[in-house]
Parts: sequence; structure tokens; C-alpha cells
Amino acid sequence: MTVVFYILAAMTVAGGMAAMLLKNTVHCALAVTVAFAGLAFLFLDLDAQFAGFAQILVYVGAVAILVVFAILLTRGSETPKDGVASKHWLAGLVIAAGVFAVMGWAILQSAAVLPHEMPVPAVTVLDIGNALVTRYVLPLEIVALLLTAAMLGAVIVALHEKEAAQ
Amino acid sequence: MTPLAGFLLVAALLFSIGLAGALTRRNAILVLIGIELMLNAANLNLIAFWRYGPHPEALTGMMFAIFSIAVAAAEAAVGLGLVISIYRHAHTTDLDMMNRMKG
Repeated sequence: MTVVFYILAAMTVAGGMAAMLLKNTVHCALAVTVAFAGLAFLFLDLDAQFAGFAQILVYVGAVAILVVFAILLTRGSETPKDGVASKHWLAGLVIAAGVFAVMGWAILQSAAVLPHEMPVPAVTVLDIGNALVTRYVLPLEIVALLLTAAMLGAVIVALHEKEAAQ
Repeated sequence: MTPLAGFLLVAALLFSIGLAGALTRRNAILVLIGIELMLNAANLNLIAFWRYGPHPEALTGMMFAIFSIAVAAAEAAVGLGLVISIYRHAHTTDLDMMNRMKG
């Protein structure tokens, strides 16, 4: 457990908390970007450089922009007058606290058998590329198909209905 | 506490924050953000187990996380497209107001 880990963990958790607690939706989108960036740095701290930079590209680069676009297109930046919480917020909070209690208990109970320090894995981007086109080539093709289908689906779903009616 | 336990605790905390947000917020976009946070917490678990597992050269956890990131990106695009479409139809993103199956 290094100091870097504590700083990155605090940054990530604070970003996530702010994203779920702030009232202004645009501020929430910015806070969740901080959480995504913190996660990318945690991946880098875990010596997973490829996953870390993929996280920065996909989440900090694309998903955050997409969320901001959606907020501006739906005028979600206006804070509602009657609060931001749903009417079932207490039940949701209790469920989330229960889930965290169970997971934290399980982790702390099994902490003694979890592996300690391991040598840094000698994995290069070349190895990842080789694995992607040999052992994982079928998942890679399926993801390519899924991304194409999702892109077309998102465009069709968000198309203007008036044009379809004409 | 071992390093792996620390990463797992952070992931559990992040997952719970995302779950709490998805269950308590009224804005549909923020519910989607909560779901994204939960997916990211799962990715952190996968990468942590890859790093501290016995066979990191097999790349299993890393590949799972990379494919999970790709699927989450597709999910975000479709989800936000749906929110925009519903907003155009019902003029709200408030989930408590969306209580009709019929438009």
C-alpha cells in the first residue's frame, strides 16, 4: 500500500461521491470525469498501461463528452426545484449500504489468503496485440460487430420522429 | 492489508456509490453515470486480480477489462440516445415522471 495508491483512491472515490451528490448535472458530469481519470491512474498504478490509456481515451475522452452533450441537449443542467433525489431514495441508500457492507466484510474476511506482493508482470503492448488476434480474435470480432450495431442503433433511436412520419 | 485487498475495497466502495446514485437520482442521465461507475468498479477488480493473480502473462483479466470498456462505451452511446429520444417525446428526463408505457 503506497502513498500513490491512497491519493488515487481518494481522488477516485471523491469524484464518484461528488458525481452522485452534486445538484447541478453539468457539475456531476465533470466530477465523474475526475473519477474516470482516477480509475485510469489506478490502472497505471497496477502496471496495466494499455488498459489505463484505453480508459483515458474511451472514458475521459469519449463518454464524458457524450454525457455533457446529452445533458445540454436535454436541458438537464437546470436543477429541479423539488430536489434531485427520487422518492425511493432512502430504500436505494439502504440497499447500496448493505451491498457495500457485504462486499467489504467478504474482502476483509478473505484478506489473509489474498496474494501479497507479486513481481511486475512483463506484458508489453505487443503481447496484448498478439493475444487479441490469436486467442481472443472471436471476442474482438464480436465487439467490432457490437460497436457497429450500437452506433447505428444510437443514431436511429435519436433520429427525429417528424422525419420518419413524413 | 495486502495491496489487492486495498484495490478490492476501493472497487467495492465505487460500486456502492454508483449503485446508490443509480437508485436514488431522478435524472436519467445521472442514473446512466451511476451504471458507468459500477462497470468501472468491476473493471478495477478485473485488473487488480490480473496484476496479483498467479498467471498475469495469460492476460485473461486484462482482456476481460478491455472488452468490458468497449461494451460499456456502446452501452453509454445507446443509453444516452434513448434518453434524448425519450426527452424529445416526453419533454423530461425525470424518471419519476416516466410512469407510462404508452406514449
